[in-house]
Amino acid sequence: MIARVPAPDHQEAINVATQWQLMWWRFRKHRLAMTSLVIVILIYLVALLAEFLAPFTPDEFRADYTYAPPQRLHLFLETENGLRFQPWVYGYKVEIEEEALRRVFVPDEEVIHEIGFFVSGVPVRLFGFLETDRHLVGPKEPEAPMFLFGADKLGRDLLTRMIYGTRISMSIGLVGVALSLILGILLGGISGFLGGQVDNIIQRVIEFIRSVPTIPLWMGLAAALPTDWPPLRIYFGITVILSFIGWTELARVVRGRFLALRTEDFVIAAHLDGVGQMRIILHHMVPSFLSHIIAALTLAIPNMILAETSLSFLGLGLRPPIVSWGVLLQEAQNIRTVATAPWLFATGGAVFIAILALNFVGDGLRDAADPYAR
Amino acid sequence: MLRYILRRLLLMIPTLFGISIIAFIIIQLPPGDYLTTVIAQLSAAGDLVEEDVIAGLKARYGLDRPMHVQYLKWMGNIMLRGDFGTSFEWDVPVGDLIWSRLGLTVALSLATLLFTWAVAFPVGIYAAVRQYSWGDYFFTGIGFVGLAIPNFLLALVLMYVAFKYFNQSVGGLFSPDFVEAPWTWARVQDMLGHLWVPMVILGTAGTAGLIRIMRANLLDELRKPYVKTARAKGLSELRLLLKYPVRVALNPFVSTIGLTLPILISGSAIVSVVLSLPTSGPLLLRALIAQDMYLAGSFILLLGVITVLGTLLSDLLLAWLDPRIRFDD
Repeated sequence: MIARVPAPDHQEAINVATQWQLMWWRFRKHRLAMTSLVIVILIYLVALLAEFLAPFTPDEFRADYTYAPPQRLHLFLETENGLRFQPWVYGYKVEIEEEALRRVFVPDEEVIHEIGFFVSGVPVRLFGFLETDRHLVGPKEPEAPMFLFGADKLGRDLLTRMIYGTRISMSIGLVGVALSLILGILLGGISGFLGGQVDNIIQRVIEFIRSVPTIPLWMGLAAALPTDWPPLRIYFGITVILSFIGWTELARVVRGRFLALRTEDFVIAAHLDGVGQMRIILHHMVPSFLSHIIAALTLAIPNMILAETSLSFLGLGLRPPIVSWGVLLQEAQNIRTVATAPWLFATGGAVFIAILALNFVGDGLRDAADPYAR
Repeated sequence: MLRYILRRLLLMIPTLFGISIIAFIIIQLPPGDYLTTVIAQLSAAGDLVEEDVIAGLKARYGLDRPMHVQYLKWMGNIMLRGDFGTSFEWDVPVGDLIWSRLGLTVALSLATLLFTWAVAFPVGIYAAVRQYSWGDYFFTGIGFVGLAIPNFLLALVLMYVAFKYFNQSVGGLFSPDFVEAPWTWARVQDMLGHLWVPMVILGTAGTAGLIRIMRANLLDELRKPYVKTARAKGLSELRLLLKYPVRVALNPFVSTIGLTLPILISGSAIVSVVLSLPTSGPLLLRALIAQDMYLAGSFILLLGVITVLGTLLSDLLLAWLDPRIRFDD
């Protein structure tokens, strides 16, 4: 992306703009990154409002609808007074397939289930305290089957589970990155600021961690988590394991910035003025590379999400009853399941979109944060 | 050059030491030690656990001694006798289980590396020479897609497509006839026929990254004055391109081996599980789930060692190619 020089009449605004404003202006020009930012915000909103957005709850199962295929969503309903906006789906009926002698679900064109907005369904608690039984979308008759993304092996709604999985998968990225950030800034900062022998040792450690194949290492560490731990502790255990390796990249960025800034005039000036080291770091150096760190953080989130998904997929990460994208994909592990229920791949689509969007936002931020970028 | 090699070899020692420590920690992590597991297993099978058998095992692994002695014993057995311990799930020495699988892991990683190069080289040149063309955008797009799809998902989707539309199973590395067969030319050919699926799956992300690097480097080179001079002298466009800019832009191919190799070996672990390849991934996973820790620890140790050796080779290769590196220390 080429950061164009703004029109002359804006020059005034540019002269007095803060660093963040400049960055935001540059970022805004990056159309792909802007679109991705909107998508990322939407995904996090989904995670926040999962209870309200999902038509059902993740553990609600309908044993008579195991592996029900996705329904086609129709938007307009024909009534006596002509076409009217009213989403609806066909019901299911069961047929026996002649050759394989197995039950298959086909749309029952006699039965129409209307879908409403803000329908009442299972009572849930929003944000942990707001009791409500309203769901954004859902069948108007609570008992009607509605499986827009199909159902899994227990007859649970895949869409609902994907929405709930968003919460775990997207938050593990944030928590993991926060942990790596602490380690990364601490060790990278020490390494870059002190230099010399300390720097040498920390750099060797980083090189070492980066030279070990990560997935086998993660697998080994994750397998050691006791199976009888409660879900929340497993969640944090996995996050700690992921950040154990994730911090190296951040430390590298921080160190590089520290090394570059250490000899800058304004740092030397502060030093000569007798400013304390802590204050130099926090007041003079950190503000000037904060934007880089944020960009590096954004780029680290997708890696965390991918790692969690991979580990859970192997059965070494999060386990049911936790619902994460990786746990959902684990159900699609063997080819036979996938052949009968290809809609289980839908979760993969969610992973794909989230990773891609986060990568684009990170790229955009990195470009915007670097004033010398071409 | 000799000094560089020596320095590089010395630097390798602490890394190898670190890897062995990590593998040892992973072996020790599960609750209880090796012996309790063996005793539990033997009594579960209804066997009488004999005192002297236990005493023998204790002495062999130094289990009643402090941690560092146990570590030294374990390392000593590996270094002096090549004894990696016993896999209690399979009841055979770990050494018998791992070598063929590690060999196939290395073969797969190397094949993927070559595939990555073979694709990234021409495509990278193309993307740089025809910057912002449709082809450039197309490959950039594929690259991003490759980065965003987890390897195992790509493997699953490919398997599904092959199963659904071509009615073919793409798992494994050998046809049923060759699984147990000794190594012959026919078996190698059979393997090559199967190898391309995991190779493509594993290679996508790496290829995408390498194309970006190749493109960026070549673009930088192409803007330099010497290119203009050569063009002014009337050098043909192809010769001009291949003679210098491409040669300079090629360095990342070798220098990124150190970064790519861990990613490949690491990625192959999970892809192999999905495609059920006879490489180290599936056996490592099984060992971890069954808490067959000597087997799992040996895998992690040796995968780490392979990576370090690969990185060493790539560094030496780079130093040989680029004199700036070997003299800059």
